[in-house]
Amino acid sequence: MMRLFQNLGRYLIFIRRVFSRPEKHSLYFRQVFREIDKLGVSSLGIVAIISFFIGMVVIIHMTTSISNPLIPAYYNSFTTRDVLVLEFSSSVLCLILAGKVGSNISSEIGTMRITEQIDALETMGINSASYLVQPKIIGMMLIIPVLVIISIFIGLLGGWFIAVVGNMMTSADYLQGIRFDFHPYKVFYTLIKSVVFAFIITSVSAYHGYYTQGGALEVGRSSTLAVVWSMILILISNYLVTQIMIG
Amino acid sequence: MIRVDNISKTFDGKAVLTDISATFDEGRANLIIGRSGSGKTVLLKCLIGMFEPDSGDVWYDANRFTELDSDQQRTFRQQMGVVFQGGALFDSLTVEQNVRLPMDFFTSWNRNEKKDRVNFCLEKVTLPGVNRLFPAELSGGMKKRVAIARAIALNPRYLFCDEPNSGLDPQTAIVIDKLIREITVDFNITTVINTHDMNSVMEIGDHILFLSDGAKCWEGSNNEILTSGNKVLNDFVFASELMKRFK
Ligand SMILES: Nc1ncnc2c1ncn2[C@@H]1O[C@H](COP(=O)(O)OP(=O)(O)O)[C@@H](O)[C@H]1O
Ligand SMILES: [Mg+2]
Repeated sequence: MMRLFQNLGRYLIFIRRVFSRPEKHSLYFRQVFREIDKLGVSSLGIVAIISFFIGMVVIIHMTTSISNPLIPAYYNSFTTRDVLVLEFSSSVLCLILAGKVGSNISSEIGTMRITEQIDALETMGINSASYLVQPKIIGMMLIIPVLVIISIFIGLLGGWFIAVVGNMMTSADYLQGIRFDFHPYKVFYTLIKSVVFAFIITSVSAYHGYYTQGGALEVGRSSTLAVVWSMILILISNYLVTQIMIG
Repeated sequence: MIRVDNISKTFDGKAVLTDISATFDEGRANLIIGRSGSGKTVLLKCLIGMFEPDSGDVWYDANRFTELDSDQQRTFRQQMGVVFQGGALFDSLTVEQNVRLPMDFFTSWNRNEKKDRVNFCLEKVTLPGVNRLFPAELSGGMKKRVAIARAIALNPRYLFCDEPNSGLDPQTAIVIDKLIREITVDFNITTVINTHDMNSVMEIGDHILFLSDGAKCWEGSNNEILTSGNKVLNDFVFASELMKRFK
């Protein structure tokens, strides 16, 4: 318990250092785009594959579970859409990205720590926390909402594909369902969540990497901690944001 | 000139440095020698403010470094160049970008001025034409030389090298040693070098501080070291068969 509070305190101090005024804006700007490319765009493939398959599976579940003749067919794609928009494409996707992106960030920064690259930055007079981490956080907060939107579309495409190919419902019913009772607020809600999750994944992983001590073994340990803690905090904040915005 | 007044440092109650005082003058190679674990790195990191000594002061010419807060210390470090034990080059940047980084941050030079300066520094360490290589593509000795080039990028007034020739063959080691001393004399900077290598001591040891278990045990020059009569120092100096025969 003591350790938890120590870590929390150190984390907050770390965040304050990360967001102190950058030495040179032009450099940071370029870094942000590099991080968007390295962390975000490179995740497009995995996002597309997972979303397509989940879309397929969800529509199968919906059509087999809701087989009451009183309920119109378009309800299947309507519920699929809400599953994707409300939870899958933000929460579940970010849990997956926490594994991929979180371990990447933590091991990169952890390696820089144990090979004294972070010390080298500090001795040059550069604020290492801000230079290394701020562009990652900002880049991820910009790109993850985009990935979420892409995930929703690809998930719906996967659902449409299997619904039509598998003769579960007509294309027209499917399209009617995904437009039925549409509230932009729900998309807004899920985007807000994804921005929060992006902040959590990046800052928590960077924190664990930054305070790595020891050697290669500890870099691995930091990565594990980074992923586990990112996931726990995503789940908790998912509940909190939902309670506030929906509940 | 750097002056150290009565510095002590403990880690978790274990004394690592006890009451060290010394003066390091400009224009000559100041060596800190001692066995592994004797506290050389900790002393160096106290000098540059990466560790805060428990007591004592560090003076840089007329500036009392130890009374500055951490942001002021970081700014002051723009006048320092530090070469870390493993080189600490940034893996994701090319040689040129590594050497240019301090310029990107702290100068308003244009692209060509930076390029000229990078090439000047790389020529100074006899490594022209490697600008586009990444650190992973360099040998150990080349990495050290790039690290030196990066350390002198902004004409530092103070240069620190932590075991600059560890892990190198004896010939390359001497090239590096001579290079550091040449830079020191040419630019009249204050240089502090950690080493446990007797070759370096004999080659460039203008002023030597011998640490044993974190305490200053002997101080002198390479002309005096073989005839000091200090028991602990003799054990260190004449550890190898070669040096024993030399005696
Ligand atoms: N960050 C640290 N925390 C605790 N102990 C440390 C730390 N850094 C160094 N030490 C201890 O200080 C002593 C001196 O280490 P060091 O200065 O690295 O020796 P060396 O002379 O080989 O460079 C060692 O016993 C080491 O275990
Ligand atoms: Mg050392």
